[in-house]
Amino acid sequence: MVKGRVLIPGEAVGPLLRLDHPISFWGGVDPVAGTIVDPRHPNYGASITGTVLAIPSAVGSSSSSAIMLELVREGTAPAAILLGRADAILSLGVVVGCELGYTSVPIVELPVALQEQLTQGARVRVGADGSVSEGP
Amino acid sequence: MPLNLTQPERDMLAGTHGDATSMAMRIVVATADLLGAESLVEVVSAHIDGCLHHGDGGVEFAEKLVRGGGRVAVPTTLNVGALDLLHPEKIRTTPHNTDMARRQMQAYVQMGAEATFTCAPYQVGHEPGLGQQVAWGESNAIAFVNSVLGARTERYGDFLDACCAITGRAPLYGLHCAENRVAQVIVDASAVPPMLKERDVFYPVLGTWLGLQVGQDIAAIVGLPKTVTRDQLKALGAAAASTGAVALFHVVGVTPEAPTLEAVTGGADLPRVAVSAAGIRNSLARLSTAASDDQVDAIAVGSPHFSLQEFDSLLELLGDRRLRVPFYVCTARGTLHSLEQRGDAARLIRAGVEIIADTCVVVTPILPAKGGVLMTNSGKFAHYGPSNTGYEVLYGSLEDCVESSVHGRVMRNEQVWSW
Repeated sequence: MVKGRVLIPGEAVGPLLRLDHPISFWGGVDPVAGTIVDPRHPNYGASITGTVLAIPSAVGSSSSSAIMLELVREGTAPAAILLGRADAILSLGVVVGCELGYTSVPIVELPVALQEQLTQGARVRVGADGSVSEGP
Repeated sequence: MPLNLTQPERDMLAGTHGDATSMAMRIVVATADLLGAESLVEVVSAHIDGCLHHGDGGVEFAEKLVRGGGRVAVPTTLNVGALDLLHPEKIRTTPHNTDMARRQMQAYVQMGAEATFTCAPYQVGHEPGLGQQVAWGESNAIAFVNSVLGARTERYGDFLDACCAITGRAPLYGLHCAENRVAQVIVDASAVPPMLKERDVFYPVLGTWLGLQVGQDIAAIVGLPKTVTRDQLKALGAAAASTGAVALFHVVGVTPEAPTLEAVTGGADLPRVAVSAAGIRNSLARLSTAASDDQVDAIAVGSPHFSLQEFDSLLELLGDRRLRVPFYVCTARGTLHSLEQRGDAARLIRAGVEIIADTCVVVTPILPAKGGVLMTNSGKFAHYGPSNTGYEVLYGSLEDCVESSVHGRVMRNEQVWSW
């Protein structure tokens, strides 16, 4: 079990999809399909929907908040996001979604070294206290 | 530490100034909390990136603010939308998306923002001064306003930029604070051949390299000539903000916070990275995804939006020749207006240039649907082109772009890269 800092509170369960490279959601994720569409990204083609998505850091366009909002609105969002470094941009899409009555997505700041203790593809549980653990 | 709010800020939160201000303040406060800010800072201007239609959630948000009586509290410019409102026929999209994109752009104008629709507001008169606190969205504009103008903004995304504009406040955090604006790494460009450093084509490549190299750290770049232009710095920042999360860089002897190296390092002993021939060649290669040099189907320049100076270069390079490969130039309506007054817009259109205002070719469908190879002089177009347009990309100078279009085949001056 590892523990990070809660950015957006909530609980979630899903398979861990750990990205080895940072990603810009704008230009990098298709919100309708919920997939990674940047052909230069090592996880090109992967679906992020329903995953516990671990990202070393968000990069690139500030429009990524809007893509996050559309993911929530389309129902294609990850179940939870683990961010290597706190970043207002993705969290903001979730905060705005809550103002508009959409579902929330828990976001936890979890340094990359701790992300790496989790097994790629394993079912992980994100707790309301920022804990992230493997197992059913 | 809990967030400290002033009485006027608490009033805004409580709804004294209406529903929109209250919602905007809730979002500013939620963000301040998650960033760990202890208070808010008053801003003197805002640049809103939120008028670009990515989906209907953005329209819902903007129209909710309008219905709640939302008005911007500080001078505010608008980033590109998904439509060229001056030439709507140039966008290939569905009636639904056209309608929603137009509603989203108009909602922000209704809130009192200036209808600039440009990713380079600093080219149409929005130039806050050294040390001023602002709230800007759009990654290239953020890098420019922090680095080249020396005003202070964090990286604001869609929605928060609008909320800051409406409340006139931003979380006091990150790059708003002087102590967080000092350099973390020294980038040494002294080994780069002086001839290369004079060329515009070098700067998007340097920016691409910088973003990959430093991620979101603040670099103090030494070894660039004092003659480096605003357009070169614009291109550098835009590319660095595409491959990294660069929101601030200093060019020693050039940018306002870096009269000397000591001024931006505080005398600290920082790691030093040299710009090498291999590093530049790798970044240059990364800006082209097309398999070969034997095809070009469209050319696009103007990301960030073309400046008047860049139009001057284009006019000079073009002379009285005609373009054969479709050639798109993206710019601000304000810049287009100046160009029209000089009579140069008509001249360019006669030569075959497609001038796009209010938007650009990587944020909305403008390029011919058949796809193919897009040539560009922009690090940002080269970075986002493949995923956003489906085109493969080829990177070259503005001169390469013009010559390739005039001759109908790829012409690139590789000589400039000999190092």
